[in-house]
Amino acid sequence: MTDTDTPAAPADRALVRPFDGPATDAALRRFLHGLPGVDAVGLEQRAATLGTRSIKTASKAAALDTIVSLIDLTTLEGSDTPGRVRSLVSKAISPDPGDPSVGRVAAVCVYNDMVGHAVSALGRHHAAAGGDIAVAAVSTAFPSGRASLAVKLQDTSDAVAAGADEIDMVIDRGAFLSGRFGQVYDEIVAVEQACRRPDGSHAHLKVILETGELSTYDNVRRASWLAILAGGDFIKTSTGKVAPAATLPVTLLMLEVVRDWHLATGQRIGVKPAGGIRTSKDAISYLVAVAETVGEEWLSPHLFRFGASSLLDDVLMQKQKIATGRYSGPDYVSVV
Amino acid sequence: MTRLAVAKTYKLYIGGAFPRSESGRTYAVADPAGVFLANAAQASRKDARNAVVAARGAVGGWSGATAYNRGQVLYRIAEMMEGRRAQFVDELRSGLGLSERDAVADVDASIDRWVWYAGWADKYAQLVGGANPVSGPYFNLSVPVPSGVIAIVAPQDSPLLGLVNVVAPALVAGNTVVVIASERFPLPAMTFAEVLATSDVPKGVVNVLTGSPAEIAPWLASHADVDGLDLTGAGSLDWVDLEIAAADTLTRVLRPSQAEDAVAQSLERVIAWTEIKTVWHTQSLR
Repeated sequence: MTDTDTPAAPADRALVRPFDGPATDAALRRFLHGLPGVDAVGLEQRAATLGTRSIKTASKAAALDTIVSLIDLTTLEGSDTPGRVRSLVSKAISPDPGDPSVGRVAAVCVYNDMVGHAVSALGRHHAAAGGDIAVAAVSTAFPSGRASLAVKLQDTSDAVAAGADEIDMVIDRGAFLSGRFGQVYDEIVAVEQACRRPDGSHAHLKVILETGELSTYDNVRRASWLAILAGGDFIKTSTGKVAPAATLPVTLLMLEVVRDWHLATGQRIGVKPAGGIRTSKDAISYLVAVAETVGEEWLSPHLFRFGASSLLDDVLMQKQKIATGRYSGPDYVSVV
Repeated sequence: MTRLAVAKTYKLYIGGAFPRSESGRTYAVADPAGVFLANAAQASRKDARNAVVAARGAVGGWSGATAYNRGQVLYRIAEMMEGRRAQFVDELRSGLGLSERDAVADVDASIDRWVWYAGWADKYAQLVGGANPVSGPYFNLSVPVPSGVIAIVAPQDSPLLGLVNVVAPALVAGNTVVVIASERFPLPAMTFAEVLATSDVPKGVVNVLTGSPAEIAPWLASHADVDGLDLTGAGSLDWVDLEIAAADTLTRVLRPSQAEDAVAQSLERVIAWTEIKTVWHTQSLR
C-alpha cells in the first residue's frame, strides 16, 4: 500500500479538519449542523435507480466473484461456540469445496472472546501470518455500546492482543442523539489509540454508526463526518441487531461523505454496509452504488466490505447456477 | 346509465401473495368460441425460482405440524371452496363451455375429492409404515416422511378437479407444492389460489403459477431444491427430457404414463411423495 492508500492517523486528520481549536461539543456542533441537509426524496430515488441497473452474464459473474472477496463472513450470536467459529473459518477459507475457483472472503467477523479461536483456526491463512483473511472483532460493548469508556477500551485492547486485525466499534448513539458530539469524538479517538500495537502497527478501525437508531439522513451524514474526523478507517452502517440495518439509501449517503472527504483531503475511507443484505441481487446494487459514487477503485477489500452471514450462500448458489445452468439449493452449500 | 364492468386481473400465487409475473408478461385467456375472457400472468423461470424459495421456506412448518392439524387445515380449504361454488361453476362454464349441470358436477367432485384426501392426513401413515418384525431386543419402526418441495405440472384438460387431484395428495404428507396450472384454462386455478389465501394453509405451502408448462417445467425439473416432480399434466410435453433433468438433481418423478387417469383419486398419489424412514429403538426393561 502506498501512503495515499493508508487512512491518515488522527493526528494527520487534524491538519485537514474543517474547524479550528479542540473538538468540543460546540465546535463539532457548529460544523456538523452546518453541513447541508440531505435531500431525502432525491437520495431514495437515486438509490432506487441504482438498484434497477440490470447486470447480466459476464458482468454478473465478475460481480459475484467481487462480492465474495468483499465479504466479512460474520457470526455474532449469543450462542456462538469455538466449534461454530472454526466451521465459519473453514467456510471462509474454502467457501465452496466443490469449486476451487471460488476465492476467499475478506475477513471473518466474530465477538471479542472468539478472536483467539478464529486466529488459531485460520493458521497460515490469517492475514498476520501472510495469508489473505483478516479477523475482525466487534468491540466496545457491542451492540449497544452501553458501558464505561474504561470497559470499552479494555474490550478493544483485549481483541487486539488476541490477534484481531480489525476492530468494529459502536458509537454511543445516546450521546450522539443528545448532542454530546465531543464525547462521541473522544471515544473514537481513544478506541483508535487502543487499536495500536506495541510494534507501531495498528488494527483497522471500523466505526459502526447504527443508522437504524439515528432516525434521520441528516444524522447519518453528521455521524459519518464525525467518525471520519475522529479517525475511523471505515464507517459501517449497522450492528445487524437493530432494524432497519443496512439500506441502499443510507449506504449511498455514507459513500457520498467518503467521496467528499476524498475530494477534500485525498484520503480514502472505507464503507461497510452490514445486516440485511441477503441476496446477490441486493449486493450487486451496492456494488453499482459504490462504482457510481466513489469509483471502482473502492471495490476492493481495504475500502469496501459487506457484513453478512447468509449472503455468501446466495452468491455460491448463483455461481452454481451459472456453472451448471440449473437453479441450486441450500442443500448444495456448506452450513456453518 | 350502463355500468362498466370491473375486469379482474389474474396474477400468480407465490409465498401467500399475489404478485404479477417478474417478467411483466400476460397472455389472453379465451372461451371455446375464441371470445376474450381475461388476461392471465405468464410466469417466467424467475417466478418459478421464487416459488421454490417460498415452498422451501414453508416445508419446516407444514411438515412439522401434526398430522391431525394438517387434516384440519386441508378440510378447511374444502369449506372455503364450498363458499366459492358459484364462481367455480361460472369459470368452468365460460372457460370450458361446460353445461351448468356438468360444471356443478365437476365442482362437487373437486370439493369431495379434497375432503377425501384431507381425511388421509392422519391415517395414511398407519397403512404405509409400521413395526417391523426383528429377532432382537429392540423395536424397528418404519414411518413415511414427506419428500419436501414437489413441483407439479397440473392436468391440462381438467382445470379444477385435475388440479385438486395433484395438489391435495402432495400436501397430505406435509410436502409443499409449486404447481403449474392448466395453460389454456388457468382461471379456476387462480380462484383456487384465492381460496387458499383465505384459508388456514400457511403461506408458501402452495404456490400456483400460470403460463407455459413447456417454458417453466424444465427449470423446475432441473432445480436442485425440488425433491419431487409430478408430470401428470405433462403428457404432451417432451417429458422424458424433464425426467432426465430431474434425475440429475436426485428428484423423485411421477411419470405421465404412471398416472394415466389424471383425475382418479388414489392413495398412491399420497405415498408417491413420501420417503420411508426406518428407525430402531431399545425396548424398555421389564
